[in-house]
Amino acid sequence: MKRRLRDVPWAVVMLLPSVVLIAVWTVYPLVKAVQNGHLRCDVTGTKCVDAGWGRYWDVFISAEFQHSLGVSLKLMALTVPAGLVLGVGLAVLADKHLRGIGVFRTIFSSTVATSVAVASLVWFVLLQPQIGVFADLFSGWFPVLKNPGLLNDPGTALLAVAFSSIWANLGFTFIIVTAALQSVPRDLYESAYVDGAGNVRRFTNVTLPMIAPTLLFVTVVLTTRALQTYGEIALLTSGGPNPEKSTTTIPYLIYGRNSIISGDLGTKSAAAVLLFVLSLALALVQFRGLDKRVHYGR
Amino acid sequence: MAADTVRGARKFGRYTLLVVLAIIVLFPIYAVVLQALKTGPDSLDHPRSLLPVDLTLSTIKAAWTQGNLGRLLMNSLFVSVMVTLGVVLTSLLAAYAFAFLQFPLKGPIFVLFLATMLVPAEVTVVINERTADALGWVNSYQGLIVPSLASTFGIFLVRQVFLQLPGELREAAALDGVGHVRFLWEVAAPLSRPTLGALGLFTFLGTWNAYLWPSQVIRGDRAHETVQVGLERLKNNDISKINLVTGGLVVAALPIFIMLVLFQRQLVRGLTAGAVKG
Amino acid sequence: MAQVRLDHISKTFASGDEAVHAVDDVTLEIEHHEFMILLGPSGCGKSTLLRMVAGLEDPTAGDVYIGDRRVNDVAPKERDIAMVFQSYALYPHKTVAANIEFPLKVRGVSKSERAAEAVRAAEVLGLEHHLKRKPGQLSGGQRQRVALARAIVRNPAVFLMDEPLSNLDAKLRGDTRAELVDLHRRIDSTFIYVTHDQVEAMTMGSRVAVLNEGKLQQVGTPQEVYDRPATAFVAQFIGTPPMNLLPAGMWGSETVQVGIRPEHLRLVPGGPLHAVVRQVEHLGHEVLLFADANGTRLVSRLDPTSFLPEVGDPVAFDAEPGRLHRFDPESGERIE
Repeated sequence: MKRRLRDVPWAVVMLLPSVVLIAVWTVYPLVKAVQNGHLRCDVTGTKCVDAGWGRYWDVFISAEFQHSLGVSLKLMALTVPAGLVLGVGLAVLADKHLRGIGVFRTIFSSTVATSVAVASLVWFVLLQPQIGVFADLFSGWFPVLKNPGLLNDPGTALLAVAFSSIWANLGFTFIIVTAALQSVPRDLYESAYVDGAGNVRRFTNVTLPMIAPTLLFVTVVLTTRALQTYGEIALLTSGGPNPEKSTTTIPYLIYGRNSIISGDLGTKSAAAVLLFVLSLALALVQFRGLDKRVHYGR
Repeated sequence: MAADTVRGARKFGRYTLLVVLAIIVLFPIYAVVLQALKTGPDSLDHPRSLLPVDLTLSTIKAAWTQGNLGRLLMNSLFVSVMVTLGVVLTSLLAAYAFAFLQFPLKGPIFVLFLATMLVPAEVTVVINERTADALGWVNSYQGLIVPSLASTFGIFLVRQVFLQLPGELREAAALDGVGHVRFLWEVAAPLSRPTLGALGLFTFLGTWNAYLWPSQVIRGDRAHETVQVGLERLKNNDISKINLVTGGLVVAALPIFIMLVLFQRQLVRGLTAGAVKG
Repeated sequence: MAQVRLDHISKTFASGDEAVHAVDDVTLEIEHHEFMILLGPSGCGKSTLLRMVAGLEDPTAGDVYIGDRRVNDVAPKERDIAMVFQSYALYPHKTVAANIEFPLKVRGVSKSERAAEAVRAAEVLGLEHHLKRKPGQLSGGQRQRVALARAIVRNPAVFLMDEPLSNLDAKLRGDTRAELVDLHRRIDSTFIYVTHDQVEAMTMGSRVAVLNEGKLQQVGTPQEVYDRPATAFVAQFIGTPPMNLLPAGMWGSETVQVGIRPEHLRLVPGGPLHAVVRQVEHLGHEVLLFADANGTRLVSRLDPTSFLPEVGDPVAFDAEPGRLHRFDPESGERIE
């Protein structure tokens, strides 16, 4: 009827900026990247041939991608569980009415203020071989800190990157878990206490189930961040001590200056799309799998 | 509550634990700040003491000039402010359309918008870089600003708030002859200030801290680099100059730390808005 | 020429397979400077009707006229009307003065003139001392007056009110009722007022339009509607306690429904209507007698000084023939 169409001109005007921006910078790139993923290019990236959907499989099973996939998954395994446990641990520790607890809470939240670049460079400085602070303090126990330095040793480079990530994400995890803890009704704890439950049992029977949805959320975010790790690599190791390339994650493979495929548009696009699909799949799996636990308790 | 209060020895134990952990968490920042304030930019003096003595600003000053930090900070500020204004504005407009206007296919169109939230930067950056190149926007402010001017998340957030305004308010305004622009500007937006503030804060922080896109669209152009990208320059082959990096870090991180101390409450509220209930 | 004319107005909402007839073929004329009440239970369509006059809803069929203009396609702001909502719809972030001024601001009235008009409107409603405060700092009654002031300031031809008293407590309601009637007397507007409360309708309106299930049951002055209800519904909706409605056959040889108001139903030994007393309520100025006649509940109003039966006593009632109302058992329509 007349009323329904009266607003259309206004709607068009008001939606236009967002529609245009999102179409050009989000939708178009996605579509084009999927298309480009079909291309098989030569080393210079100038001559490309459309090789169809099979190209995705080729890229997936290629040595470079598989290696980077391994690195990314390893990084995920290093950062997500540790990050979760530390974040929850600190939040639980600080969730008590002690005098001055606010100061501690601010300290534990503080890393949320660091950007990827800042956090990475902080650790770059600290982990300098020979002259870095950590080398000074701990090289007695860990000689690798001095020689060749955690970031330069193929065995430890990824570990060092993981440290930096876990530390940087601590603030975020702490803030969110603290908020979740504060929303647990106190009388649940009291009732458990009256029933004779000790600290540990209260934690497993009351706290964990009540904050489970939040933990799921944090896990998904941490996992996504782990898979998207680029800046840390670029600033700390530039892809990892060569020739092992121990820290070339998938994003670094796609964007890194030292990456072997940096000129190859077709492979880059394919890898980016594969990464997207992988992230989506992992997120879905986590939602499905952990969601059951969230709802049914044990 | 008995379950909550911590007494005597347990209290002492807990405080000790908290202090130890706090030291561990703060240590990296402390060490870097200390290194930035101790002795000169060239110093390789070590093992370094960890005591805050013999402090000097010479390293920071050197980092400022050599790293062109003033320019970097200005660039970051300019880009962050522009993007924040842009996001708030485009979100207000689009959210208004979804919340207060009637038009065909409103529902499906909104769902499409939401779907774009799933697309991560990693996929779009590859092509966006080429688009920016084709537009001549590489190494420019437009290249840094324009791609980020719309935010589906912002639209979602503001629409939520708008939908919670009493419906009769819009009707009363309609009877008073209040048109769309005036209602948006004089009623809807002012009544949504807390949410707009949180959106603005997050957008500002996200833009200031961004690394991936700025590093792709600014290639070697020192005049247009943001702080995050430009900081890396202080890291050069001469290891004796490593202190410069710490000086740069202190300068780069300080604005954000200050901002967060000031806006702590809004930040926490914003972060937890969707997360707590899962 | 009527101030507002509704000509065969209908509004249908489609909900799944069913169509809901919120308003069903209503024709109504409202004269200049009337205080017209739209009365009925929830869901009877009175609010929808009001909103169609306002232009907040479009009629599915029929025409709306304001003055001599057909306004179906005219936007609300062009209709020369003002509306007070049940929840007042004040702008919480603006001061009282800014709230009142707002309609004028929209019309481009100058700042000084706006302020003067706002003060004038505030004075009419006794709000002069609250102009700088915000709605959150006012009581419910004060907020309502701000909503009224905002409506007055535009000098509209028609004033629409949607259950404005329902959010007030009982004492305030009584006071505000009187104030609204006084307001109507003082300003030159036509009032159209929606309520489900028949006491408000009877005490405030110059005429009452009773609606039920989307249909107009009757229009008339409060006294007309009370003395000669056009349908059984109106008969029982107006008046407290409600009219006694006897099923066909219970009153003598009548084959129709017979209605008798409680004050007209008198205890007369040997009368035609037999019942058993169930309850006697002493209200001080009168007594209510509740009786049961073969399953039909009867209420009678008695003078406290008259002879009062006890609970369980068999009694007989009678009424003057002129006080009987007759209704068709099928349609509920009045039979003369």
